[in-house]
Amino acid sequence: MTLELRGITKRFPGVLANDHVDLTVEEGEIHALLGENGAGKTTLMNILYGLYHADEGEILVGGRPVRFASPGDAIAAGIGMVHQHFMLIPVFTVTENVILGVEETGALGFLDRHEARRRVEDISRRYGLAVNPDAMVEELPVGVQQRVEIVKALYREAEVLILDEPTAVLTPQEIEELFRVMRSLKQAGKSIIFITHKLKEVLAVADRITVLRRGKVVGSATPKEATEDKLAAMMVGREVELAVKKDVATPGESVLRVEDLTVLDERGQVAVDGVSIEVRAGEVMGLAGVQGNGQTELVECITGLRPPLAGRVVVGGKDLTGARPRRVFLSGVAHVPEDRIEDGLVGDFSVADNLVLNTYYLPPFAKGLRRDDAAIKRTAEERVRQYDIRTPSILAPVRTLSGGNQQKVIVARELSRSVELLVASQPTRGLDVGSMSYIHEQIVKARDEGDGVLLVSTELDEILSLSDRIAVMYRGKVVAVVEAASTTPEELGLLMAGSVPADSKGEADRDRRGPGHKGKAAPGAEER
Amino acid sequence: MSERDPATSVDTSDRAAVEEAAAPTGGALVAPTGESAWRAMLVPALAIFSALVIGGLIIVFSDPDVLDDWTFLFSDPLTALRSSWDAVFTAYQALLTGSLGSPTGIWEAVTSGEGLVSAFRPLSETVVAATPLILTGLSVAVGFRAGLFNIGAEGQLIVGAIFAGFVGFTFTGLPTVVHLPLAILAGFVGGALWGFVPGFLRARTGAHEVIITIMLNQVALRLLDYFLRNPLFQRPGRTDPISKPVEETAQLPHLLGANLRIHAGIILALLVAWAVWWLLFRTTRGFEFRAVGANPDAARYAGISVPATYIVVMSLAGGLAGLAGASQLLGGVTLYSLTPGFAGGLGFDAIALALVGRAHPAGIIAAAFMFGILRAGATKMQALTATPVDIIVVIQALVIVFIAAPALVRAIYRIRARRQVGPEVFTKGWGA
Repeated sequence: MTLELRGITKRFPGVLANDHVDLTVEEGEIHALLGENGAGKTTLMNILYGLYHADEGEILVGGRPVRFASPGDAIAAGIGMVHQHFMLIPVFTVTENVILGVEETGALGFLDRHEARRRVEDISRRYGLAVNPDAMVEELPVGVQQRVEIVKALYREAEVLILDEPTAVLTPQEIEELFRVMRSLKQAGKSIIFITHKLKEVLAVADRITVLRRGKVVGSATPKEATEDKLAAMMVGREVELAVKKDVATPGESVLRVEDLTVLDERGQVAVDGVSIEVRAGEVMGLAGVQGNGQTELVECITGLRPPLAGRVVVGGKDLTGARPRRVFLSGVAHVPEDRIEDGLVGDFSVADNLVLNTYYLPPFAKGLRRDDAAIKRTAEERVRQYDIRTPSILAPVRTLSGGNQQKVIVARELSRSVELLVASQPTRGLDVGSMSYIHEQIVKARDEGDGVLLVSTELDEILSLSDRIAVMYRGKVVAVVEAASTTPEELGLLMAGSVPADSKGEADRDRRGPGHKGKAAPGAEER
Repeated sequence: MSERDPATSVDTSDRAAVEEAAAPTGGALVAPTGESAWRAMLVPALAIFSALVIGGLIIVFSDPDVLDDWTFLFSDPLTALRSSWDAVFTAYQALLTGSLGSPTGIWEAVTSGEGLVSAFRPLSETVVAATPLILTGLSVAVGFRAGLFNIGAEGQLIVGAIFAGFVGFTFTGLPTVVHLPLAILAGFVGGALWGFVPGFLRARTGAHEVIITIMLNQVALRLLDYFLRNPLFQRPGRTDPISKPVEETAQLPHLLGANLRIHAGIILALLVAWAVWWLLFRTTRGFEFRAVGANPDAARYAGISVPATYIVVMSLAGGLAGLAGASQLLGGVTLYSLTPGFAGGLGFDAIALALVGRAHPAGIIAAAFMFGILRAGATKMQALTATPVDIIVVIQALVIVFIAAPALVRAIYRIRARRQVGPEVFTKGWGA
């Protein structure tokens, strides 16, 4: 089924989110929609899915103009959407989740589970989507949950599938599996709109690429004629340096030693399980792992936000085990938190206030009990210039800034004082290419100035391009520490999936909940 | 800037939907930093206006004479409209002259030098009504700023008054310069104690301050009943629950002579309002309070102790309400003695007031005077027109409805919302 968007325009007060966007998706085509955050991809897809209404323009499905008043209309017209956050009920089985909302009932209104189950099996076989219809969703790995979402859309007879940033939560192996599924759907004549900002993936799987910038289509390409650099330049509107330039590290003294650290999560489960790592001055230690394998808790414990159950945290010779955030921070630890909106910034406060969020009580920003507004403003002006923070004013509420500029505010605050250790958690998540490369430069700069850097990221590319050494976390344990120069994405991918280096390949991404969880420490997992 | 960047790469679609939904309700109950004063006052001002309009309709419908005229709507529509307008106009006019005095009357009194007291009485009454409201309003506002919902101003006011009263009538022979400040301080301490308890429980156990303060209101009320029957407090020779009168040395002086009730409590209230403003917006402590209120996670990350802040803020909020109690008692509004109905809902009106004033000291002063006008003018309105005093309660309630639903006001007056997610409102949900 061909899908055509013609001259779609959507205005929000003060913002032109979509500006006469034309997009044609042919039957049996994987069409990548590429663009930075805020380029209008999501708005466009929400219009297509009936969540918003376009101010101008029309949507044609199979050549016929349609109007979607709600997602229900879109679904009826054969459009399915797989959201980034899955809309699944954990305690329901796969079949139950799939039929939710379109339950088929037999006599007296009883659910016809049998028929539903048969259809789920049928879909799963036809498109190579390996799912067990009777499995409980909460017991499935993320990659399989995503397959359930796809099955859900297909069950509703979707001809056009919208996949919104589908790879964000997957391991490299799961991404490969997803691409295989996407290709088999294509074979079956389904159209796929693949939303992403990852250039490699676009080149790997798409048939055609449309690039959005500032709400406009700025170009289209096929993977054959495009390169990563070209696409990046199209997205950003100027040439960008994708590769991180850095020299070989010259590591010095140890700045962070974590010894046998055990940390519990909110639910009292062991999230960090006897982890030992070391970060030396002048090196970037990458902490790789699929999200939710204890990285968050480890960082929170190091930075004083979460008490440890056992073990020690030593920064520059000082024992900071269980220290409060302020003491950790005064001991020379800078922290770029994982969730910048939740933890890193007070959205309603001005840029200036956010720049002194953790130094507000120190001179020159405070004189006794009084805040020295003049000093705070002076410093803010300086930082805004120095770190190229794009803001209408230093008094603008920080929440009105773009994600990239918000992150710059945090980086400016954390790095513009003398630190020994920089803990950067997902520092470029959700950022556009331009801001991303800026943040990367700052991290390398901090390293070159002799700081130790602990970089936590779920993006393999980021880990690989910035780190000097890489520790891989799986289920609360560091399963391996490898040299960045001598490892490969494949090796890291396997480690992230919990397979220890000696294991045979293949089973790694099959069953992540299975017996693989023995916590076998790989050689090199301990400190050398 | 194009559409706002999402928090993370995760779930952009939902966030956009949330923004869309939140955009029309972008207004918050706490004036965010950096918002222009006009912008901040727009919704409250329109809310008051809307409330007065609806109040006017109710006046029309509750006046039997006017309703009679409406029966002739088709034969004589002008009369119906005119009598409706007259009813509303005279009612509100009476409200204003009852609370502010008549301009001509004041002018004549000033020029002739006669009848000054009666000319200024309405104004004096308005100030007397506004004084405790400023203090309790500040109490609630300080809580809002730190993300706490202090429903307990009523109880804190009572305990503050008990403390102030105890100091006020127990010590004798002290000079005023010692006795009066001591009694005021006692009021603060009593209220602070009553605020400390919920603050401490919230910080240590996560018990929600709303529940605790509501319950402590009841406890305070019973405590007052108990003390009023206790020889320590009860006026000798009386069997009804009334306390001894406060010694003259602990009384707040009248500002305009003994015949007008206006007392120095208003000066205290205005000074405290200024001090609260200074604390909130000019000190590092205030920065901490506001950071905790706006985003406790970020505050914690920045090294601010959230539990300690909760304790300090609740104690301070209690202290401010305690000052209101002291001001009422020592200012002679209740004839310098405590009675069971002493608090009279001042602590509850304060919640509405803090909302109308958008948790800003200047806004609270303005709102307190508005509420003062309503309270002081209501009696005259009832006396001169058929409008019952209860209309004031209706108007106050309507103001709250409109303030709490800024989307409604925006929709009525077609004000374009700022396109952004509204700031955190004032509570984070239970035990969050």
